[in-house]
Amino acid sequence: MSDLLRLATAGSVDDGKSTLVGRLLYDTKSVLADTLDAVHRASADRGLATPDLSLLVDGLRSEREQGITIDVAYRYFATPKRSFVLADTPGHVQYTRNTVTGASTAQLAVLLVDARKGVIEQTRRHAAVLALLGVPRLVLAVNKIDLVDYDEVTFSRIAKEFTAHATALGYTEDSVVEIPVSALAGDNVVEKSANTPWYSGPTLLEHLENVPVEPDPHDAPFRFPVQYVIRPRTAEHLDYRGYAGLIAAGTVKPGDEVVVLPSGRRSTVTKIDTADGELAEAAAGQSVTLLLADEIDISRGDLISVAGNEPTVTDELDATLCWLAEKPLRAGARVLVKHGTRTVQAMVTDLRDRFDEQTLSSVDGPSSLELNEIGRVALRLAEPVPLDDYSFSRRTGSFLVIDASDGSTLAAGLVGAPLPLLENGVESCTGGSTATPDDHALVSPGP
Amino acid sequence: MTTATLDTLGRLESEAIHIFREVAGEFDRPVILFSGGKDSTLLLHLAIKAFYPAPVPFPLLHVDTGHNFDEVIEFRDRVVAQHGLRLEVAKVQDWIDDGRLEERPDGTRNPLQTVPLLDSITQHKFDAVFGGGRRDEERARAKERIFSLRTAFGQWDPKRQRPELWNLYNGRHRAGEHVRVFPLSNWTELDVWNYIEREGIELPDIYYSHEREVFLRDGMWLAEGPWGKARDGETLQRKVVRYRTVGDGSCTGAVESDAADIHAVIAEVAASRLTERGATRADDRLSEAAMEDRKREGYF
Repeated sequence: MSDLLRLATAGSVDDGKSTLVGRLLYDTKSVLADTLDAVHRASADRGLATPDLSLLVDGLRSEREQGITIDVAYRYFATPKRSFVLADTPGHVQYTRNTVTGASTAQLAVLLVDARKGVIEQTRRHAAVLALLGVPRLVLAVNKIDLVDYDEVTFSRIAKEFTAHATALGYTEDSVVEIPVSALAGDNVVEKSANTPWYSGPTLLEHLENVPVEPDPHDAPFRFPVQYVIRPRTAEHLDYRGYAGLIAAGTVKPGDEVVVLPSGRRSTVTKIDTADGELAEAAAGQSVTLLLADEIDISRGDLISVAGNEPTVTDELDATLCWLAEKPLRAGARVLVKHGTRTVQAMVTDLRDRFDEQTLSSVDGPSSLELNEIGRVALRLAEPVPLDDYSFSRRTGSFLVIDASDGSTLAAGLVGAPLPLLENGVESCTGGSTATPDDHALVSPGP
Repeated sequence: MTTATLDTLGRLESEAIHIFREVAGEFDRPVILFSGGKDSTLLLHLAIKAFYPAPVPFPLLHVDTGHNFDEVIEFRDRVVAQHGLRLEVAKVQDWIDDGRLEERPDGTRNPLQTVPLLDSITQHKFDAVFGGGRRDEERARAKERIFSLRTAFGQWDPKRQRPELWNLYNGRHRAGEHVRVFPLSNWTELDVWNYIEREGIELPDIYYSHEREVFLRDGMWLAEGPWGKARDGETLQRKVVRYRTVGDGSCTGAVESDAADIHAVIAEVAASRLTERGATRADDRLSEAAMEDRKREGYF
């Protein structure tokens, strides 16, 4: 079992997310005393009998006032069982930008709802974005359960509704867990609550500590974007030529047949090198250096793949973009695409459709994609690039869209259409659909 | 041979190595800030691993306040020589001597480091500057990017910070701008110490407990040095102490500690952070840790 879990939180401001995150930090003793002192003082100043844990997180409010518009904050806590990297994504207006950023590396997301309001539109949007980005597991924290008198029926109704929505988005039932909590009172966050005897599941922290994580796709075909060529040119390593990178997917062993893309040249792995010595095998997530049997021209930007199960090398692609910039995207835009370790010029040739957040369905032929909007586009690349579908591999199916003039990141790009609703809408939630012919397989997020 | 799942330290190491290699691949003139302190020593260790068996393809830069502990400067120079690295030293004293900087009334030189740092970046045309900053250090850093864009004046413009998606880093910048790079962003203090133990990384001795003449000022145990002496009413005492951070001697306090080796230090750090969960009160040790953390100093 992995001892590191990367998670993201999502929920609107009023759902008590700051309090929940504060509660997790506080109850796992991850708060430094000076911070805690400040919270105690501020709480006392407000006439509160107990510390307001949301203040642990809301210290960042002042930064927002100073104009920070991208405000994913990273927090760290640990228990004897696991370490956690939490991407805290505030749920205000710019929800998509924040949620996309947090979700891009998350292995699990905690979605919050207010037990009095249940699953609201924003919950469904967040879940859709999390599904799109391929976050493998969801937790629905039904917060403020104390304010509905710890009512089992209310909880069950919300849980059922959410499960139906998540299933429609492609989640399996065992990848979604609902937990009744009160972040304020601490019910079922860290300690099991006596107020919910009808709930037999884990507390939030127990779940986070024990949930299986599939950190990297080990059983996927081998993918290795070359970052850097290591050539020591020293007397000791005169002919050493190693290709350094982080394994994006799969495993590799000496003797494996590989193909270098986009050139298509083949070779054999002779050695997997690290500063700690040679490895007999290496897997996704590891930074290594590969040595090959043949002297072929390989440089940064190339991708080494297992032979026989290779990504498509193409200069045209269909992709889903989460547009993150103030200036809108229009067809014909010239941009840069950074995929793996390669950056190429590109043109957006067509805006195919836009994800309608209100109805959770797709709208054909939009004239533009605005900040925080998600849509499908067609891209033409200046040179062929080896591409996997995002649903097949998060690392080799993702790319950045970059503004060539000022270098800013314009969009998160996903190869293909990883979300079923972008094809068919979500009937179970919207009752309607603007279905287009299904030329993409429906895919589940995660492994 | 099975394919082991990487543990926390393995993942953090792999991520940091990936970051070093991305910078080597995309920038023209990177530099590593290196003071001889534990975070920069860790940075250097990771850089060496990232490019093994080739030498580290970057020089090092130290902004020297002139108020450093001798042990640390000796250590710094020994490490540089041992690995055949190139070290640029920007001495705050030189900036004071030629009038570009003025000594502060309180004698503290920490705030004086910024100008020599930016001047050096401009002079050497550094476009990527590695620092040892971690997001767990304080709340203000929790939003810092791994690649943090700085203007030609070294300013951090929040509006131009970029979302960081997956492990795709966008290091594009205009001429004259540079990017601060923080490979240790996701490490906690305890991760740093655990990794130092696992890798057997040598640190300056002053990180471990030793006897030292110190005096108490503002709740901190300070040592005498070029930065100043005990004032009236402050008495020198011989104490068993260690340093949790090393920096400008005028404001870097020692902690009373008998942690004489890495195992004892880890136990001390772990106890101050990882107390049994469930309890709702921070204990005194936590308080001590927080005090020390606040006094961390550095370029960032």
